[in-house]
Amino acid sequence: MGGVNGHVVTQRRRMTMTGAEATAEAMRQIHPDVVAAYPITPQTDIVMRFARYVSDGVVQTEFVPVESEHSALSAVVGASAAGARAMTATSGPGFALMHEILYVASGYRLPIVMPVANRALSGPINIHGDHSDTMGSRDAGWIQIFSENAQEAYDNLIQAVRIAEDPSVRLPVQVTQDGFIITHGMEIVEVLTDAEVQQFVGTYEPERYLLDVERPMTVGALALQNSYFEVKRQLAEAMVNARRVIADVGEAFGRLSGRYYGLTEPYRMNDAELAVVVLGSTAGTAKVVVDELRNRGVKAGLVKIRVFRPFPAQNLRDLLRGTRAVGVLDRSDSVSGGLGGPVFAETKAALYGLPDPPVMTGYVYGLGGRDTTPEMIESVYEDLAELARRARDNYAEVVADAALAGHYLGVREPGQNGSPHRHGAAKLGER
Amino acid sequence: MNAPGKAVSSEKQASVTLPWTEMAEGGLVPRGGTAASVKTGAWRTGKMPVIDLSRCIHCLRCWIWCPDSAVILDGEKVTGFDYDHCKGCGICEQVCPPKVHAIQMVPEGVEG
Repeated sequence: MGGVNGHVVTQRRRMTMTGAEATAEAMRQIHPDVVAAYPITPQTDIVMRFARYVSDGVVQTEFVPVESEHSALSAVVGASAAGARAMTATSGPGFALMHEILYVASGYRLPIVMPVANRALSGPINIHGDHSDTMGSRDAGWIQIFSENAQEAYDNLIQAVRIAEDPSVRLPVQVTQDGFIITHGMEIVEVLTDAEVQQFVGTYEPERYLLDVERPMTVGALALQNSYFEVKRQLAEAMVNARRVIADVGEAFGRLSGRYYGLTEPYRMNDAELAVVVLGSTAGTAKVVVDELRNRGVKAGLVKIRVFRPFPAQNLRDLLRGTRAVGVLDRSDSVSGGLGGPVFAETKAALYGLPDPPVMTGYVYGLGGRDTTPEMIESVYEDLAELARRARDNYAEVVADAALAGHYLGVREPGQNGSPHRHGAAKLGER
Repeated sequence: MNAPGKAVSSEKQASVTLPWTEMAEGGLVPRGGTAASVKTGAWRTGKMPVIDLSRCIHCLRCWIWCPDSAVILDGEKVTGFDYDHCKGCGICEQVCPPKVHAIQMVPEGVEG
């Protein structure tokens, strides 16, 4: 058996694993110097397994059981600044409790890697998967990589170490997986050998670190009106550099594993007229719908955003150019009074000024782990077909109407009892 | 990459005139001992310690306790205070043995 039983993995194997198991396995193979974590559902299953590796002596990681997520990330910040390869993991409300320290980690340019089991924020309290936790930190200077399934959660975590530590980047990285849907869903995962992972991530050799007594330094000095802004400008540049590094690392990982990764993953987009943009596990559901629609002759396509930070604006411009209608799916809501969610707002911004642009509309879906069915995704493509048809005659009106529509996909509207499979026709404010 | 020459925490350092491309990454100060160049004693509690060296027995309690390393020694003898870094907390006065009573906190600007 693999590392699951505390043995080393000396040959590649395909195993049935949950996303949490695959993530703990990747952490074992990365073998970080320090892990500080606090349990929270659905992340618990990841750290619980890793802590067992520590107690069984399978890894020599220094494990710090802290009293909160604020402390978890603070301890990891200290460890990383001291020169250690450090990791933590969290979910939803725990992620929210880290918020202050997220900015410290990125501001000090510490290459921390953190699996995030996406969970809805309270209230009302809910333990299931949506993206409201991660989206709350989209301006915190962290690289954010979303996973579609357990295999990607495993692959992305291994790549994240190299991306974070690249000298031109040196940024912390979140690797997300939808809570329960991926963390507790059993799938087939190909696990690389320990030696392959170790070789891929390499040895961490920080340029400067606090425990280097030959070259003392201060981390965390006060930076006021005359210096804070320059440090943030450096951070912005690092995020630009990250685009190239993420692509390079995705290519290198492909050469190792046969699974190539980029900032986005286009699916049947070559001649697509109707496109959906989505992140996370729902991309898997949507691919099935695209295949069905293609079989019926509908020119449907899909763009999965794998990397949300840095935002793949140019990729989206290139991929969505030539489409007639685009529906953007958000597993979190900006509660903006009708402007839709963050992915919709930023995708619209990315396409600004594109010649002959598609009609775009947005859907908030799946909040609190609400099941998102192929029928719901199909209803989005039906909407897009209708929008494209109407836009032929009256583009200006249709495009403005669609952009501000603010759909909620899969919520019970008046007159819909039981499980809704279509979003309500009613728009915000129209009742 | 050129590093700032001094701690970035003072408003009057030449280093903070550097463009962002030349400043140390993440606001770190890439050398030790830079606190000496930052005059944290520029403002105080309104009181400052003065020492009567004729009473001082050089037990060094004030030197051990001072949170700002503002007690100046010559070898193992106290010679006075570093007012560029003293914040006027008064701990030195408190830890000076009562029978010795060499240190007194006095209003700012009054010489001992």
